[in-house]
Parts: sequence; C-alpha cells; structure tokens
Amino acid sequence: MILYVISVGLSITMGLMGFINLAHGVFAMAGGYILSTVMARLGVPFPLALACAFLVVSLGSVVLERLLYSRLYAAGELSQVLFSIGLILMSMAVARLVFGNLAAPIFLPDYLRGQVHVTGRDFPTYRVFLIFFSALLIVLLWFGVERTRWGAMVRAAVDNRSMAQSVGINTSHLFMITFALGSGLAGLGGALGADILPVQWSYPFEHLVSFLIVVAVGGLGSLCGPFVAALLIGVADTACKYWIPEFGAFLIYAATIGILLWRPMGLFGVRA
Amino acid sequence: MSGYTSNPRIRWQESLPWILALGAFFLMPEYLSLGARILTYILWALSLDLILGYAGIITLGHSAFFGLGAYTAGILSARYGVTDPFLQLLAAAAAAALLGISTGAVILRTKALTLLMLTLAITSIVLEIANKASWLTGGADGLSGVTVAPILGLFKFDLFGRTAFLYCLVALFLGWLIVRRLIYSPFGAMLTGIRENTTRMHAVGAPVYWRLVLVYTISATMAGIAGALLTQVNQFVGLNVLGLEPSGDLLVMLILGGVGRLYGAFVGPVVYLIAQDYLAKQYPEYWYFGIGLLLIVVVLFARGGILGLIDKVRDKWLQALSRHRSSAKASAR
Repeated sequence: MILYVISVGLSITMGLMGFINLAHGVFAMAGGYILSTVMARLGVPFPLALACAFLVVSLGSVVLERLLYSRLYAAGELSQVLFSIGLILMSMAVARLVFGNLAAPIFLPDYLRGQVHVTGRDFPTYRVFLIFFSALLIVLLWFGVERTRWGAMVRAAVDNRSMAQSVGINTSHLFMITFALGSGLAGLGGALGADILPVQWSYPFEHLVSFLIVVAVGGLGSLCGPFVAALLIGVADTACKYWIPEFGAFLIYAATIGILLWRPMGLFGVRA
Repeated sequence: MSGYTSNPRIRWQESLPWILALGAFFLMPEYLSLGARILTYILWALSLDLILGYAGIITLGHSAFFGLGAYTAGILSARYGVTDPFLQLLAAAAAAALLGISTGAVILRTKALTLLMLTLAITSIVLEIANKASWLTGGADGLSGVTVAPILGLFKFDLFGRTAFLYCLVALFLGWLIVRRLIYSPFGAMLTGIRENTTRMHAVGAPVYWRLVLVYTISATMAGIAGALLTQVNQFVGLNVLGLEPSGDLLVMLILGGVGRLYGAFVGPVVYLIAQDYLAKQYPEYWYFGIGLLLIVVVLFARGGILGLIDKVRDKWLQALSRHRSSAKASAR
C-alpha cells in the first residue's frame, strides 16, 4: 500500500504531466526525514507530523518546479532522465551529510502499535491503518480528478496544452499545483511507510525500481492503475519470496516485461 | 553532432587520444591498472554512444550486456578452465550479441518510458540470476580465481598492468575503428535520421525497426567485449557490473563527455573515473553531490557535455578573432 501512495504521486507527475521523473523517491525520502525529525525533536504528534511532511514536501517541490523542472517540460526524455538522476545523487549526498548513515528512527504512537482482532486473527494496527488511509486517499483523488473543476482542467491541459492555454487556463500555474500535489503525496507516502521502508540516504535509488515498475505496469496518468499494480506487485512479490525464495525478485521483473509487452501503455494506460 | 555529411577522413586531432594513452603508458606506470579500467569503460561508453547518441535509444539497462560479457569470461575461466583470452572475448561477445538480438527484437517495438522500463527490468533479471545462481557465479561474493593465459602465448598479464593496458588499448582501437566506420556510413546516417525524426524515416522507406535491432545488437556485442576485458584485467567479477547503478554511472560518464559525439565517450570516462579515484574514497558525500550538480548543470546549460563546451569556446574565439581581423583591416584602410 505504501508503494501505492508513493507511486500514485509519481503517476500524477509522470502521467498527467508527461515528465519522466526518476527523482520521485527523493520526495518520499524527504517526507520520511521530515516526519522523523519533527516527531523526535519537536515532539509533534504523529498525524500532525504527517500533515507537516505533506506540506513541507509540496512547498519544497514548488520551488524546485519553478526553478528547474519547468525548464525541462519541453525537453527530450533523455534530459529529463538525466536531470532527475542528478537530483537523486545530490539529495542522497545531502541526506547522508545531514542525517548520517543510519536509518532515521521512527516512533509510532501507541495507538498504532498494537494488534487488531478481526475474525479471530491478529493484524498489526499500523498496517490496517495504512490500508484504510490509502483507500481513503484513492477515493479522494478519484473524486478530485474525475469530478472537480480542477481535475477537468488538468485533464484538459494534459490532452492539449496549447488549446487549454488558449481557452484561458493558466497551464503553468496548474502544472505547478499538480506537481506539488504529486510530490506531496510522495512525501506523505514516505512518511507513512517510514516504519516499513526504512528511511535512509540510499532510499531514492533503492526503491526507484519498484516505484517505476508500479507506475509503468499500472499505466501512466491513471489513478486506478498504480493501485492495482501496487497490489499485484506486492502480493506477487511476497508470494514468490514465500514459496520459491530461490527465484527472488526474478518473477517480478519477468512479469513486468510480460505485462509491458502485452500492453505497452500499462494495464490502465490510455494511448497517448 | 556529426552525420553523413561531415568529412569521414581521419583528422589529425583524432590521433590525440592514442598519443595521450601511449604517453600515459610510458610516463605513469603506477596508474596503469586504473588506466586499463578506464580503457574498458571507454569501450563500453562507445557502445552506449552508438545506440543512445546516434540511434536515440534511451536505455538504463546497458549493464546487462557488460555484465553478461564479464560473467561469461569469468565463468569460462574459473569454472571450465578456458584461459585463452581471445576465446573468452569471443564467447563473451557471442553471449552478449545473443542477448542483444533476442531482447532487442522484442523491446525495440516500444518507446519512451516503456522502453526504459523494459531495459531496466532486463538488467535487473540478469542481476538477479547472477545473484542467485551462486554455484555458477559466486553470488554476492563475486567470482574469483579467474585466470588468463598469456596473450598469443607470448605476453603474460603482469602485476603492474602493462600488458593489460596495451591489450585494452588495442581492443579499444579496434572498437573505435568499427564505430567510426559505422557512424560515417549510410547506416550511421540512417540512425541519426531515426533519432531526429522517426516518422520521416518510415516515410522515406527506411526499415527503422530492423536498423534499430541491428545497431542494438552491435552495441550489445561491444559492451560484452568491454565486460570481458574488465574481467580479464581485474581477474575478478562482482555483482557491481550489473543492475541500475553501473548503467547510471555509464550514462553520467557519457553525458559529461558529450553524447552523440564519438569522442564524448573518450572524455567522459577519463574525467569521471579519475575524479572518482581521487575524490570518492575521501569524500563520498561531496562526490555524489558534485556529480549530481554537474549532471543538472550539463542538462540545463551545456547540452554537449565537456566537448560541447570546448566547441562553443572555440567558436566564440574564432568569431572574435575574425571580427578583430576585419576591424583591423577596416582601420588600416
């Protein structure tokens, strides 16, 4: 589910805006660090710290977007890929300088630590909370993109940017907000999942492949796609490691290749 | 960006890298093993330049071929006792070519993000196999015990890397000849055309797909040879030749040097690996930060890499010179 929250942000920046952003994990990592710092140093409660991670990361991403990303919207894929790799390397260096080599400590509040009894079995509260939270997020996002004026404007701008501009939509402003939302979601995902995917300086590179797989398999620009893909990948990965550990991550990659060959735009992708 | 229209004759400047390399051989004997490593990376970068710079195929999985070549040579030597260096190279080339043509034929039908993901997934699979099949590859510990017989039965690989350096230099020279020949041929022009405008190349009747598969296979073969060279030089293969990271490193090197130029593949690895040798051990944080910053700056402001910058400065200088001359003439009148 964490994969989903992080990846849906990526699907928004990458799919809706058409920017190949490999540096997405950077925002997730930033979210995790913010959560950890705010909670440990300032004693902020967990929900507030989450909101804080979301807000700070989106604000930070706006600065980045205005300064750097917006210059590269029209540039080729290669420049975008390279640019975001550069960003990853820089952020990794900064994270290592500031926070050191060890993973950031995360203190969950007590009410998320225990177990929940459902139909005779125990589930860790934290994971149940994650699942509900993500489900809520899906509904909200779906509503936002499909049913609101903002969503319609974004879809219009993606389909035909110059046309949207000429009917009076401020597309550059719109893209900035969309980008902030996508990055903020990444920050939120990173913060939420900090207990499962430990936050450390190598984070953006380590998990890059899984984020990318989820987005590519799910299909660009769809909200439902990454959700299904994250579920699929998560379940398949765990199942494989459980039953046939000697294959490791092999099957995931094989499945990715297979799906991408079968449907090059991803499971729920729209042909551009 | 050179193409079919430019003059294919070898210019005097093009002997510079070779003179420099030979000079390094005689003047810096203590750095020869680093030098040999740089030479293999140049060969690898050259192969990436062919598909990325000329044909415009964006890949994050070029390490699959490099690693396959490296492991083929290593396994042949350590497990099956084949120590002849040329036999190892040949086998590595064949294996990489096979992987190149079989994956290329499938994935080159896609483009953009899908293609990127497919290349990444392929190298991840190869990495996973190398990691898990430890009876064959040594797994995470790497494959040691690689022995290489003297080249042609005459030149033994010595401790100081003298033979290794010259051996790699010769291999690189041959690779360079082939790539140069390809780039200036009609085939090379067709690749540039596909990069610039695929639709139009379809329209003029060029077999775009087959050209891409062909160049991908050639490039994979070269990468395989480069990998085998690295194994022979290091007498060791580790998992670090596979996966996303070496591909990313290579991409960075090529971009720094200047993508889509024959000599960008030469400049990039030299600068990158020497800087890495000095900086990365002492200040790893600053090293990553610097490389990241450099990448962003290159992408935003200096699209041609180091060579592109040199070109620009030279052009400015020539312009200033001619302006100066004409004004001098005017004032003389």
